[in-house]
Amino acid sequence: MHELSICRSIVAIVAERALGQRVTRVRLEIGRLAAVLPDAIRFCFDVCAAGTPVAGAELEIDEIPGRAACDACGLELALAVPVGRCSGCGSANLRVLCGRELNIKEMETEACV
Amino acid sequence: MCVTCGCNGTHDAADDRPAAGFARVPFRPAPAAARPATAASLPGRDTHIVRLETQILGKNQAIADRNRRHFEARNILALNLVSSPGAGKTTLLERTLTDLGAALSIGVIEGDQATSNDAERIRATGVKAVQINTGTGCHLEADMVEHAVESLQPAADSLLLIENVGNLVCPALFDLGEQAKVVIFSVTEGEDKPLKYPHMFRAASVLLLSKLDLLPHTRFDAERALANAHAVNPGLTAFPLSAYTGAGMDAWYSWLRHKIGLRTPIGP
Repeated sequence: MHELSICRSIVAIVAERALGQRVTRVRLEIGRLAAVLPDAIRFCFDVCAAGTPVAGAELEIDEIPGRAACDACGLELALAVPVGRCSGCGSANLRVLCGRELNIKEMETEACV
Repeated sequence: MCVTCGCNGTHDAADDRPAAGFARVPFRPAPAAARPATAASLPGRDTHIVRLETQILGKNQAIADRNRRHFEARNILALNLVSSPGAGKTTLLERTLTDLGAALSIGVIEGDQATSNDAERIRATGVKAVQINTGTGCHLEADMVEHAVESLQPAADSLLLIENVGNLVCPALFDLGEQAKVVIFSVTEGEDKPLKYPHMFRAASVLLLSKLDLLPHTRFDAERALANAHAVNPGLTAFPLSAYTGAGMDAWYSWLRHKIGLRTPIGP
């Protein structure tokens, strides 16, 4: 349900930066460990964009796989969920290296209408 | 021709102000031969790609950081209390306020989708409380806390307890500026709750295993529940307790006193 609130933030940021121009495309970066569902974002995006310069914009989402480093043995491993044990030594002291991203990478605007 | 991007249109002067923190990269159209004739023949249809590289929750984070600086400057220990609905957050607060209210200045911010029932329960203990109704929102955000703090005006060297909306998913993502998230997990829930809601148990620094008085009436395996919590977050400090009988509350109170006395932030 927090995806709705996140979509409102996305639309607000993009509309502000668009300086009144129509936005045709928005590209996001969402980590697989960020607790945000890309499908739910897609579902909410059009609803939040309606009536703003972002209405009708195409939404692209780059999903970033999770990776962690084991603080006990130093091994780097892939992480599908934010919990796990090191496949090398079994330690639960995993430090997430990537996969928590929640960013707006870029947008495309109609420059001159 | 437009001097900004080379298109055939004219830019409004206001449109050309570069916003702070991002660069405009003119869109480079494919060679004319590779494009459909219609696209090439349409004047003024060029686009700009604007690199934003912006954190979606950046605004919330900036306000949360401001709240945190406010709390630290006044030695206010701000705790963000999170749990499923019905885990016993408000009862635990009532007991804590009744037991510590005379010795310690305490303020409470109550978050719920609707009603001011919880704030009224808190005020009945003699402690100042502000109710935030989030409406359709499933979590508190940093600006709500900022406004609540303006109206609550917590004293220096005090404890500020922020009871979030009962929800183990969404509040994990929104920093409020607290020094620590305290997750309340009751023995009437499943032992695997930390595994089902890992984001929240990972974001928390303290776990209160509540409703301990009901343990004899349930099949809840407390040892297994704590092992699950520590599998998700090895650094979690756990206090098994009952706000009803008072069992285990002393350890929780010692922790609170210690943290306020230490004047240091508590990190996960």
